[in-house]
Amino acid sequence: MTLSKIWVFAESTESGITSTSLELISAASKFADHVEVFVASPEPGYSEIVGAYGATKLIQVTDVNDRLIGTVVASAMAQLLSGNTVDAIFFAMTPEGRDCAARLSVKLDVPVLTNVVNLSVDGTRLVSEHAIFGGSEIVQAGFTGSSPAIFAIRAKSFTAESRGGMPAEVVQVGVGDLGSAGKARIVEQHLEERSGPKLDEAPVVVSGGRGLGQAENYKLVEELAKLLGGAPGASRAIVDAGWVPYSYQVGQTGKTVKPNVYIACGISGATQHMVGMKGAKNIIAINKDEDAPIFSIADLGIVGDVHKIVPKLIEALQSRT
Amino acid sequence: MNITVCVKQIPDQSSPGKLDPGSHNLVRDGKLILDDSDSYGVEMALQLAAEAGGGEVTLVSMAPNGEVSGIRTALAMGADKAVLVSDAKLAGADALTTAKVLAAAIKRNPFDLVIAATESTDGYTGTVPVQIAEILDIPSVSFAKKVELSGGILKVQRQTELGYDQVECPLPALISVTAGVVEPRYPSFKGIMSAKSKPVEVLEASTLGIEPGRNQEIITVRSAEERSSGVIITDEGDAHQQIIEFLEQLKVI
Ligand SMILES: Cc1cc2nc3c(=O)[nH]c(=O)nc-3n(C[C@H](O)[C@H](O)[C@H](O)COP(=O)(O)OP(=O)(O)OC[C@H]3O[C@@H](n4cnc5c(N)ncnc54)[C@H](O)[C@@H]3O)c2cc1C
Ligand SMILES: Nc1ncnc2c1ncn2[C@@H]1O[C@H](COP(=O)(O)O)[C@@H](O)[C@H]1O
Repeated sequence: MTLSKIWVFAESTESGITSTSLELISAASKFADHVEVFVASPEPGYSEIVGAYGATKLIQVTDVNDRLIGTVVASAMAQLLSGNTVDAIFFAMTPEGRDCAARLSVKLDVPVLTNVVNLSVDGTRLVSEHAIFGGSEIVQAGFTGSSPAIFAIRAKSFTAESRGGMPAEVVQVGVGDLGSAGKARIVEQHLEERSGPKLDEAPVVVSGGRGLGQAENYKLVEELAKLLGGAPGASRAIVDAGWVPYSYQVGQTGKTVKPNVYIACGISGATQHMVGMKGAKNIIAINKDEDAPIFSIADLGIVGDVHKIVPKLIEALQSRT
Repeated sequence: MNITVCVKQIPDQSSPGKLDPGSHNLVRDGKLILDDSDSYGVEMALQLAAEAGGGEVTLVSMAPNGEVSGIRTALAMGADKAVLVSDAKLAGADALTTAKVLAAAIKRNPFDLVIAATESTDGYTGTVPVQIAEILDIPSVSFAKKVELSGGILKVQRQTELGYDQVECPLPALISVTAGVVEPRYPSFKGIMSAKSKPVEVLEASTLGIEPGRNQEIITVRSAEERSSGVIITDEGDAHQQIIEFLEQLKVI
């Protein structure tokens, strides 16, 4: 293998290690002999799953408590790095991943390459690819300084593949006091419940944008998604407006989705939106403006009014069942 | 309560972005404007300072060619003064170098709170704010979508992948805010006039003791594969049928 060791910051929820984290572990195990995974949870079962995807070691940071995960894990990594040679560290482009990468970058005085969508080997180093200008151009970049190279990677850039590996060896570490930087505390967590398939895993995604006119009309999007066995999503415009929670947002700052079918209702197709859904196999767009940028990537573009088309579509689908 | 706000000045996003073919840096010629993303931070700073009964709102920005037009917009909204770092040596600076420059600029004035945007419109690394916090050795709350201050403690709703966390944090601290946290005000005529005489300190990197190094490089730039464009039709009242046929073809229904 090209590299000796890669670290991965894996994130977990109540339902286990996130799919994005498994993608990163899979990718790392293609490039390095040793893949060591950090999690901010003492959950014992994770050594099996991360091992199956290619990790050799699981480093559990046990004293996160009510502190912000990124700050704590960055300190754990910095502490363990002395006396350890690590070629690269992978983070997901999530709130926690960015926090952790940013703090670590300062501690090590190494920059971060962010928004990575692909990695490949160039001699003895990893080089990264970045989609810019809404994905119309691809920039290839690499580090010239000392290791470790820090990459923050977008979701769905790699496929998560179990290689049937053995459970990873488990090591537990605590970081202790973090001084001033560790003073932020989580006092309450709010989970936004949603039913149906998960937005980033659903085979069909129906998203709504400002063209829906008002918050009540979002139920058209929900209804259509439900009839197609899919998940409802949104542009940032209607998340900012408070119509739907942030967890519905598709795009640069939200979820990356790669469904079989993506239906954009009243969405203009800003570069930051497209970057999150361009990978869909089939794209249907409904927009009353024939010049809307979303049509440039649509397989089926309908110039028309969402308020007229979507209700008829819903009715037609209902009458089929 | 003294608040320092990071404001990035960027090319107008209505014209498409370009890379310099030689250096691969983003082309930043022509007039720069205040990044929309930072107008939320400016507004929040003005509101928090007013609620706290006063204190100064200071802007910090790093931009080429002594560019101040974006800073003037934020001063016109009501900020008191600004520090601009402008130095040809900083062209193409990475996020870490940017954070070092901004942290040094922030330290020139007393602050209780630093505000930045979660990510800039043209760079969108989303790492600069938390890097600044680490350099300043203060706590940070990124992705803040609601912010209150009571009894010297920040109470922040922080967006997470699954919902939000209620976070509490003592000052001094840094927050990075999302779009939509507050409604940015439009500068008034009076604001625009008074902005012209507000102090802007202009510095070079070396004055701040920063020698920008290069630790990353752009190797190549290429066009991405285009999606082949499909069929575009105008709804004549039966577009839903066409969608149904398409979904049938795909065996989704
Ligand atoms: C740093 C940064 C990060 C961002 N991240 C994201 C992100 O993650 N996701 C995201 O989505 N955006 C993101 N954005 C915002 C993005 O730039 C756009 O502002 C946003 O996507 C626009 O949402 P929209 O298409 O719903 O609204 P608009 O751009 O206002 O478009 C509305 C569309 O609806 C159409 N319309 C109006 N009425 C009707 C009707 N009756 N029937 C049919 N069509 C109609 C209009 O023609 C128009 O095209 C980001 C921006 C920045 C700067
Ligand atoms: N050159 C700059 N001048 C002032 N603020 C900046 C600059 N670069 C980044 N920032 C701040 O950091 C935020 C995140 O930037 P970025 O990490 O580039 O996405 C921006 O929205 C600004 O608030």
